[in-house]
Amino acid sequence: MTAPILIFGWGNPGRGDDALGPLFVEHIEALGLPNVECLTDFQLQVEHALDLQNRQHILFVDASFSAPAPFSTRLLAPGRDASFSSHAITPQSVMQVYVDLHNERPPPCHLLAIRGERFELGEGLSPAAASHLEAALRWADDWLKSPGSADQ
Amino acid sequence: MAFELETASHPENLKRVAIEPVSRVEGHGKVTLLLDEDNHVQQVRLHITEFRGFEKFIEGRPFWEVPVMVQRLCGICPVSHHLAASKAMDQIVGATLTPTAEKIRRLMHYGQILQSHALHFFHLSSPDLLFGFDSDLAKRNIVGVIAAYPEIAKKGVLLRKYGQEVIRMTAGKRVHGTGSIPGGVNKSLTAEERATLQKDIYQMIAWSRDAVQLIKQLFEQNLAFYNAFGRFSAHNMGLVRADGAMDLYHGGLRARRADGSTLFDHFDYSHYWDVISEDVKSWSYMKFPFFNAMGSSDTGWYRVGPLTRVTQCDFIPTPQADKERGEFMAFDNGSATGATLGYHWARMIEMLHAAEVIKDLLHDDAICGTELMASGKRQERGVGVIEAPRGTLIHHYRVDENDQVIRANLIVSTTHNNQAMNEAIRVVAKQYLDGRELTEGLLNHIEVAIRAFDPCLSCATHALGKMPLEVELVGADGTALDRLTRNLHDSPATL
Repeated sequence: MTAPILIFGWGNPGRGDDALGPLFVEHIEALGLPNVECLTDFQLQVEHALDLQNRQHILFVDASFSAPAPFSTRLLAPGRDASFSSHAITPQSVMQVYVDLHNERPPPCHLLAIRGERFELGEGLSPAAASHLEAALRWADDWLKSPGSADQ
Repeated sequence: MAFELETASHPENLKRVAIEPVSRVEGHGKVTLLLDEDNHVQQVRLHITEFRGFEKFIEGRPFWEVPVMVQRLCGICPVSHHLAASKAMDQIVGATLTPTAEKIRRLMHYGQILQSHALHFFHLSSPDLLFGFDSDLAKRNIVGVIAAYPEIAKKGVLLRKYGQEVIRMTAGKRVHGTGSIPGGVNKSLTAEERATLQKDIYQMIAWSRDAVQLIKQLFEQNLAFYNAFGRFSAHNMGLVRADGAMDLYHGGLRARRADGSTLFDHFDYSHYWDVISEDVKSWSYMKFPFFNAMGSSDTGWYRVGPLTRVTQCDFIPTPQADKERGEFMAFDNGSATGATLGYHWARMIEMLHAAEVIKDLLHDDAICGTELMASGKRQERGVGVIEAPRGTLIHHYRVDENDQVIRANLIVSTTHNNQAMNEAIRVVAKQYLDGRELTEGLLNHIEVAIRAFDPCLSCATHALGKMPLEVELVGADGTALDRLTRNLHDSPATL
């Protein structure tokens, strides 16, 4: 059965703070929560719209180059943005693909953007990013208890 | 093959236009055009502005870690790096693969080809191909395609998803798979996994066949334009099987000159440096490979990838793709075989081939076998080569007695195509920009030429807040005369 909550982190673990999304998901996965499915990928693409099916709540998690430290959160809406740049698309576009494929609104999706500082190949997580990750995980404790309360 | 437009005679007197970064290609690329006062193009270059340092990332690591960690080089084709490194490390451990191991790796590789080609055609290129290169920018993206052609876009999503399921089941994980290891694989397919993949493969073949028909129709409808767009003559190189068949996983190197004559054939890639060298140029971090026999990168550069593979193999060893290859080769007296936009047609033929190979492998009991590993006499040097979705991919390692990698050299597909991409954009600049006022649509023609190669300009970082497309026109005195900006990315990294 599909877990009602999906936590989807993306980024390249080999590029410094770009690992924040996958590391966040790794920590949540280690909790072994029965109602939560954890997924990661290098980047978002159209097929991830299929992962949104039959969920109640979705949390997208990414490293952010310009979010305020330690992190920011917001409720997302499907959007026809022009995020076709590169081989990656935005969570809003993933949601829009869901709308176009299924002709219905996707479940509520939140974005957790964790501030990162360094993104070079072969680098580890920066001390600042590690601290931001800890703060984001503390926020997640509350969000997981009542994800619907943040849907406004 | 001359380098007209590579270097202007008096660049100090010219206006500079930069397309930075190039959209819908992976990584950090920039195109600069120097124009004279009448907007005539005098110099065009595709620059790679990020130093990748792959080799330093790898050196010092234990060799058995390499097939897994090299996947972090590229978020677009991690499986290609995974398999090329594994093939090199097979030589390090002296192994000849078991039938099960080789077939599982082939299944993984053709799954990667299927999903990569599906993404490129349906989602990265179809906005240009279906709406036109200078159509409304707001519509010229994948969500525009979904709105206007919902069935096409849906097929693209599901083809890609299927390819990724093949990867997941053979590599063990959706990302950062560990399936391929030095000397073999660490899992085969379960009966349940095999049945799951068998269930949908005929649909994937049918949709792949539809995609070939779609690009064929686009060529027929726009014959003169498609044939002429960015057209140039090039030498070619790729792997072929011993009998000359297309083989994207293993074979010998075949190189043919632009006139079709053979430079070398069935060359053992474990000594690739005897036939290929790499040149450097001051204006790009990406190297310029060339055939040694031709003396320099100015004369010995070549093209790789789907167009080369489809045109230079003797046949495709699956029936439907081979039939389509025959039509492609014969189309309009062979004109599409030299067209830059012919890459799209060739890519779809390969996608059909990949689907057929996957079907054949899924009906081979060896993919559920239990003989997974082999070993032999330890070697200090290993070279692995595969035909990745974008072209020939070379991994070369030396390993010391402590099992540490002490030297690594990677020549990725996009590097092989470096000069070819430069050539394509010079032709397009001359065809469509020369003497005209610059518009976003015209500049997109440059990007369309680059995207035909499906380049992966740097590997695998996604959202650094550096993704707006900015085009700047600078006068000879350094004054900014004009600027075009489009916001491409509303990702968290740009918040």
